[in-house]
Amino acid sequence: MADRHLEPDTPELRARWGSFAWTKENAAKAKDIIARYPAGRQRSAVMPLLDLAQRQVGAETNTQGWLPIPVMEFIARELDMPIIRVVEVATFYTMYNLVPVGRFHVQVCGTTPCMLRGSDDIMAACKKRGMRKGHTTDDGLWTLTEVECMGNCASAPMVQINDDNYEDLTPERLNAVLDALAAGKSPKAGTQEPGRHTVEPLGGPTTLKAMVKANHDYRGDWK
Amino acid sequence: MSLQDKDRIFTNLYGYQPWTLAAARKRGDWDNTKAILAKGKDAIIEEIKASGLRGRGGAGFPTGLKWSFMPKEPNPARPSFLVINADESEPGSCKDREIIRHDPHKLIEGALVAGFAMGARAAYIYIRGEYIREAETLFAAVQEAYDAGLIGKNACKSGYDFDVFVHRGAGAYICGEETAMIESLEGKKGQPRLKPPFPAGAGLYGCPTTVNNVESIAVAPTILRRGAGWFSSFGRDNNKGTKLFQISGHVEKPCVVEEAMSIPFRELIEKHCGGIRGGWDNLLAVIPGGSSVPLVPGSMCPDMPMDFDGCKEAGSGLGTAAVIVMDKSTDIVRAISRLSHFYMHESCGQCTPCREGTGWMYRVMERLRTGDADVEEIDMLWNVTKQVEGHTICALGDAAAWPIQGLIRHFRPEIERRIADNVREAAE
Repeated sequence: MADRHLEPDTPELRARWGSFAWTKENAAKAKDIIARYPAGRQRSAVMPLLDLAQRQVGAETNTQGWLPIPVMEFIARELDMPIIRVVEVATFYTMYNLVPVGRFHVQVCGTTPCMLRGSDDIMAACKKRGMRKGHTTDDGLWTLTEVECMGNCASAPMVQINDDNYEDLTPERLNAVLDALAAGKSPKAGTQEPGRHTVEPLGGPTTLKAMVKANHDYRGDWK
Repeated sequence: MSLQDKDRIFTNLYGYQPWTLAAARKRGDWDNTKAILAKGKDAIIEEIKASGLRGRGGAGFPTGLKWSFMPKEPNPARPSFLVINADESEPGSCKDREIIRHDPHKLIEGALVAGFAMGARAAYIYIRGEYIREAETLFAAVQEAYDAGLIGKNACKSGYDFDVFVHRGAGAYICGEETAMIESLEGKKGQPRLKPPFPAGAGLYGCPTTVNNVESIAVAPTILRRGAGWFSSFGRDNNKGTKLFQISGHVEKPCVVEEAMSIPFRELIEKHCGGIRGGWDNLLAVIPGGSSVPLVPGSMCPDMPMDFDGCKEAGSGLGTAAVIVMDKSTDIVRAISRLSHFYMHESCGQCTPCREGTGWMYRVMERLRTGDADVEEIDMLWNVTKQVEGHTICALGDAAAWPIQGLIRHFRPEIERRIADNVREAAE
């Protein structure tokens, strides 16, 4: 099991987050989310609402966001469920940050398919920039985590930074991405391999070549 | 004869063209879906059974048979649900992501067709939390389908009401297990349930539920359009159809590609991946079906038919057809030890043999990696894997045990060499 702990519940934490409530926009989103589940089953919405809350905290703190205890209590009230059931969910799923994180959460995949393609070098490149696993840099810019398989194995190695994946990395390509992010730019997400589109073999697809230039309809060849 | 483009189902696999409804329709999706539904529930299930389609999520259970377990006449007080497993988290697997971000309408149309066939009132697509952009695409595609009247009330003007909802996970491999997924959908920790009752009897909210993999659902409309005979013309008996293969690791060109089932390993690699890095003599081992299946030594691989039975005969499994290739530069003990770390991290903590065993196995694997162990500990580790395997509620315990068993079975001399080297180093 993943080793995780909650941020201590202090008076300062209460003072900062005790009055947490949805923004107008998120209140509408929360309503839509709850409507996806049958009446009386609103508890099913706990995961998407925790995600929404984490994003709102992120927007308020200019970070990826995290879940202070008072925010979890707010979700529990919204869904009419005991606080412990919310905490259980928040601690079980690794995408909920239980402690504050930096502006960018650099999640390096280190599982075997990425390892075989050089994720050690990617991790080393992060460390060379002053990042440390499980920590946020002093400037508040980077939080480094080694994560388990992210499902980008055919374009490994990869990192996920906040909402975007950067694939087919080398230390140089990673540094270019991180430099761009630090400078406030939006580097191209997806594969960083020049000439590669997504997960086709490098150099061009071996199948479905007609799709490259046009939205080909193969039904004419059916019989 | 090899698979031709006209027989590939996922024509926009690489996303060269837009995923949108308008573009998907030009490729043939949502083409008179009403007529498919008009065939009736039983005819649809029979056609899927006849096609030989086996579940694409790893276990390979016949899809049509699974659908037939659902109640024929749903009780209005206990509606039936279809849950689509898009929690793709098995190391090596990266196919459902491509379907969702590049061909989402195949999945949504499949949800309607499958949901109709099993009498479900709604489908929940459970997509793994880390697929953030992919989920955005899926939400948008579902909205397009609603706006066009393809799903929702009177879906495709068929008179059938069917909703499709998207639910995002939040980073837990175990939620790919069907009952853990149901727990998670209900807003709880994703810890698997004991079976029975099976989901078809009591699943989501205690109602009849079928859980299917994304690929199994997304291929259904094409099978129904082209017929069971077409689909079953590919692959060997018991292993029919086309399949998305995902090749990662030490090949020249890793990729995802749709091929006919039963394609020999060598042909798959030569045709699409530019061969093994450093040539075939440099091949050390292959994990043919994602991290949960045992590795196959390189010498056994070239002629192995890539299907359920072919991989099984090699002592492994097709799993999700996530092919992890390792050449002779690989530290094979570390490669498997890293998988042990994965299972330790992802154990849900419910059953003691798995919660304690995965950590124990990882720690011993790390000592075997450095050679800081006794030779007898190899047998002890083997025994422990046998005590974890089969003694847990779900298959995660098995999945943690099998890669280690595969390593010991095929690479014991390498482990012993490390132990001997370490002894020698200590003596010097």
